[in-house]
Amino acid sequence: MNVFKSLSRNKVAMVGFGILFILVVIALFGPYLYDGTPWKMVQRPFIPPFENSSFPLGTDTLGRDVLAGLIYGARISLLVGLISTAIALLIGIPLGAYAGYYGGWVDEVLMRFTEIFQTVPSFALAVVLVAIFEPTVYSITGAIAIVSWPPVARLVRGEFLSLRNQEYVLAAKLNGQSNRNIILREILPNSLSPIIVLASLMVASAILLESSLSFLGLGDPEIMSWGYMIGAAKTVIRQAWWLSFIPGVAIAVTVLALNLLGEGLNEALNPKLSGNREN
Amino acid sequence: MSVQTLLYIGGRLVKGAVVLLVIAVFNFFLIRAAPGDPAKVLAGEAGATDEIFLQQLREQFGLDEPLYYQLWVYISNLMQFDMGITYRQQMPVFDLIMERMPATLLLTGAAFLLSLSLGVLAGVIAAANHRKMMDSIITVAALIFYATPLFWLAMMASLFFSVYLGWLPSFGMQTVGVTLTGWEKVADIGMHLILPATTLGLFFTAVYARMTRTSMIETSRLDFVKTAKAKGMKPSRVTTHHILRNALLPVVTLAGLQAGQLIGGAVLTETVFAWPGIGRLMFEALLQRDYNLLLGVFFISSAMVVLFNLITDVIYCVVDPRIELSK
Repeated sequence: MNVFKSLSRNKVAMVGFGILFILVVIALFGPYLYDGTPWKMVQRPFIPPFENSSFPLGTDTLGRDVLAGLIYGARISLLVGLISTAIALLIGIPLGAYAGYYGGWVDEVLMRFTEIFQTVPSFALAVVLVAIFEPTVYSITGAIAIVSWPPVARLVRGEFLSLRNQEYVLAAKLNGQSNRNIILREILPNSLSPIIVLASLMVASAILLESSLSFLGLGDPEIMSWGYMIGAAKTVIRQAWWLSFIPGVAIAVTVLALNLLGEGLNEALNPKLSGNREN
Repeated sequence: MSVQTLLYIGGRLVKGAVVLLVIAVFNFFLIRAAPGDPAKVLAGEAGATDEIFLQQLREQFGLDEPLYYQLWVYISNLMQFDMGITYRQQMPVFDLIMERMPATLLLTGAAFLLSLSLGVLAGVIAAANHRKMMDSIITVAALIFYATPLFWLAMMASLFFSVYLGWLPSFGMQTVGVTLTGWEKVADIGMHLILPATTLGLFFTAVYARMTRTSMIETSRLDFVKTAKAKGMKPSRVTTHHILRNALLPVVTLAGLQAGQLIGGAVLTETVFAWPGIGRLMFEALLQRDYNLLLGVFFISSAMVVLFNLITDVIYCVVDPRIELSK
């Protein structure tokens, strides 16, 4: 309750939240409200924005509706961002929890494993994975999840390390509760707030990653995405700069909104940690 | 150097070698996961039908032998820097990557220095003007650059500075069709470097600026700063000599760790600016579906990150004696 209150008092975070809300509405209902298809050639190519009222943002190199592309692109960006983050959490939280809770050689092995993934240049790894397993929405989501879980594991490990000797955990142990119970019911709920903050920032970087992959031609060929729109307009940037400008703004605004919300959540959930920003 | 330092460096070397070994094994299995006959994947072209060449590859990599033997052949070839041949360029993969390496080192090195110096400067200015106009401007700018896709920023910068204003070249590393020597050549490459290095560095500039700002503000609350102020030291001297020196360490540590990610970003920047480095090579390998070359670039760029982390570790343990050598 307190969290919502302090979040709603944070103007910057609310701007981020507002933008995200609009984006989610567009992603969910846009395709039903706006009558347009992103792939069909509907008019002559290269109509600039605000010229033809039936295509408010104009048409691209093949005469496809830019606004329809943006609406369908919002869908894929948010979907890939959310699902890949969820998978990354599903990998990172258990690994970090076991490493932090058990310590010793379990910790050593799991953290060495995590370190390898942290050393490898993550974007290059994502490119390699998507290229080898053929670009589909599944391989893209999976590749993004695989390169984004290490920070989660490290964070959760740190939380578990600092919480595992707290009195309530020791009490639960004396009570004879199973390790699984202690991890899931006692420690995890208490380390949830930094995980939530990290997750919101991870959705943002997942969206950037997805757009970068589809810019390189590693997008799902069945799905219209913002990165693909920029990549497709790359060669005509001199004639029609707006074709790459518009989707880029869409990406930047989405990512910015998520970052603002993430920072707001950080201040609301961890008031002690964000010492430099107290109001 | 003490025995302890040498042991520490030795430990790091072993660790780096293990990481590379794991990546090599990973690469080995990815080649087999790629669509098509592994021999054709190694030949670098899905449509290559030169049976004699394919047979040669099968023998060279022992593709008719059991899997563990193949893995052994792959790893031992790799240790002799043999990563196979790209069919299209008719050139050993390793040589091709090494040929492109200097361009990438130049680009990422310039981007790293630029982002670190600019980021720290912006962070210091923001912290010195905490909660004033300048602080807000820098914070907002950092937030925006942090959210902007790197490749898009690169395209917009080339559109504005080279197409619209005509100030800077937007393509390649040197002017095509002119043979320059000496300083003229250096200046020419320098002009070509400005846009790619700046756009690659801006994201990290934003990261370092935010970190420096936070770190400076936190350090400025510590007791020794109060003491220095109480002694009547000039505020500017407190900032540079007391706060900055102590606030910089975490920033530089993280910068060293993140430097490897610049190589990933270089794939995008080099693609946009046709910069002839390994990032561009990776993009070309993608277009040609040359999986072996793709994995080769991946392995070498990981090796560079390992090497870079090793160098930073060693520099740190020499520069800052407080860093524990036990691990």
